[in-house]
Amino acid sequence: MDHNLNPTELVLRPQRALDGEDMIRLFKVKEKQRELAENANGGAPVKKQSAGELRLHKDICELNLPKSCTITFPNGKDDLMNFEVSIRPDDGYYLGGTFLFSFQVSPIYPHEAPKVKCKTKVYHPNIDLEGNVCLNILREDWKPVLNINTIIYGLYHLFTEPNYEDPLNHDAAAVLRDNPKIFETNVRRAMAGGYVGQNFFPRCM
Amino acid sequence: MTNSTVQPSRSRDLDKLLLRPGNLVGPTFEPGLGLREDLKEYVKVLVVGAGGLGCELLKDLALSGFRELEVIDMDRIEVSNLNRQFLFRLEDVGKPKAEVAAKRVMERVSGVNIVPHFGRIEDKELDFYSKFSIIALGLDSIEARSYINAVACSFLEYDSDDNPQEETVKPMVDGGTEGFKGHARVIMPGTTPCFECTIWLFPPQVKFPLCTLAETPRTAAHCIEYAHLIKWDEVHSGKAFDPDDPEHMKWVYNEAVKRAELFGIPGVTYSLTQGVVKNIIPAIASTNAIISAACTLETLKIASGCSKTLSNYLTLPVKPRNFDGLRELCVAFLKYNGAEGLHTKVTEFVKDKDCLVCGPGVLVELETSVTLEKFISLLEEHPKLQLLKASISHRGKNLYMQAPPVLEEMTRSNLSLALFDLMGKISKDVVHATGTIIESDKKTSCLRKLLVVFKGADGVADMDTAGGA
Repeated sequence: MDHNLNPTELVLRPQRALDGEDMIRLFKVKEKQRELAENANGGAPVKKQSAGELRLHKDICELNLPKSCTITFPNGKDDLMNFEVSIRPDDGYYLGGTFLFSFQVSPIYPHEAPKVKCKTKVYHPNIDLEGNVCLNILREDWKPVLNINTIIYGLYHLFTEPNYEDPLNHDAAAVLRDNPKIFETNVRRAMAGGYVGQNFFPRCM
Repeated sequence: MTNSTVQPSRSRDLDKLLLRPGNLVGPTFEPGLGLREDLKEYVKVLVVGAGGLGCELLKDLALSGFRELEVIDMDRIEVSNLNRQFLFRLEDVGKPKAEVAAKRVMERVSGVNIVPHFGRIEDKELDFYSKFSIIALGLDSIEARSYINAVACSFLEYDSDDNPQEETVKPMVDGGTEGFKGHARVIMPGTTPCFECTIWLFPPQVKFPLCTLAETPRTAAHCIEYAHLIKWDEVHSGKAFDPDDPEHMKWVYNEAVKRAELFGIPGVTYSLTQGVVKNIIPAIASTNAIISAACTLETLKIASGCSKTLSNYLTLPVKPRNFDGLRELCVAFLKYNGAEGLHTKVTEFVKDKDCLVCGPGVLVELETSVTLEKFISLLEEHPKLQLLKASISHRGKNLYMQAPPVLEEMTRSNLSLALFDLMGKISKDVVHATGTIIESDKKTSCLRKLLVVFKGADGVADMDTAGGA
């Protein structure tokens, strides 16, 4: 094997490989260069941001939240992929309460919807006691054209219009359907800090 | 003696491609024995994944004249792999896939040298990836493909006319299979669409509404997802579910069975539970073999120029949802559909010229003294950008965020600092900017890739500190 190829014989012509031609000459040149550079200072550039992170950057920049919603970044300014949103409904059964949601965004966002959990224990037909949220755009109806703003408005909407037709908390849904007055009393009791049935709800007003 | 009789027969088919001229060869293709030697000597191929496809790829590449191979995989061998991951034996269960696969192929194919890497692709330095001529992907996840794609594209540089510079192109050959379906594609960053340009090709994962799971389960999958997503949290408050822990999986299976009994739903099995929770579709050995063969051939074509490469996406009977829309967009992918007879189709997808991952980005030349604030105002005037109120990020660090207020406050102090210093004194690097553009009197939000070059900063670059992100 001839290890002393003269690099000038391996003239690079722009576009060559890109037209589907052989790249082997190019690999030869690179292999030579690499051997030469092996002992030189080989500081690696760091990884790129994931495409999901970039798209999320845009989503966060264009957030247009209602006054009653605030967003915080518990891990500081450089971790946008994990954040919290607090919602203070200014209308409806949940007026006066503050509800905290955690968002976990995947590197392939927006191909995949963020994972959203409610951190505040709440008596709500569409949110269970573990914080799972039944909101269509978080699961079956998620589309990459939707964004973080859409989700926050969707969550906000759950508080102004709780919906007994998509129950996650079966009991709360049944009460809302059959007796909205009692439902209202239960919500107030839970938000003030107290028991509804067997379940204790910490104060969130 | 044995070698001299075995060698010619092993390369017999390869020689038909490499030793003879042809009508479809690349313009500079020079057939000859030297080419065969060069493939061995100068072409390093990385195989990402040593599973169903990875085993096939390693074997095929080794038998196709490539000698310098490396393979990376983070998994250990499981009993359920043995039906199709033919390099593994029962006694290998529990051992790293990459190591066993490399060893087995080296035992069977004389002269080939395979370096195994047992670990995560994210844990390797960029340097590791830069040494390969071609990267062949045998993966089962979008995340991993997206990561390797971003790495390969990060080597890409463009000339002043926004044409990719040949010596920075890191070709990728990507295979994927799902049951009877599969695809093989060639990615030449800068020329053909990168993975991110066409990520919309992947159908969204099926996700059942939580309330259906909680209230009105109708299928076995509903019962499994109920146990996995709702019941698990209820019982194990705070403990994360680990799909790779058999105890966790068994717990979910048992709960799903109870749930199914309650609603009179048949069909919950342990393997279905695994399938639903881990989103697994039964793998078929033949599909892997066909797709791997296509990928290997493309790798050989890229390296040797013995034929035009696939342009650029082959499918085995796959039916993306928006199939007709795709057809219009495309010029070439290979598809294979084993369930409805063998049908392969090649579609030529086009690259997204504004792709944030493989696109050239807009060149912005600056003095090293320019502050971040000045830079942001320059973007408003830049003829190709006219980007108003830009927020700037660099390698995952948010240098300035116009909104929300909490981030604006945290990043405001950077405004008066020199961008050159904020970027770690690198003479040339990519930053991303999100801002507003006005098109026909309409404001739209826009995310752009910018290539910032500092004039007269060559040689000042200190890569060690630059890497600190």
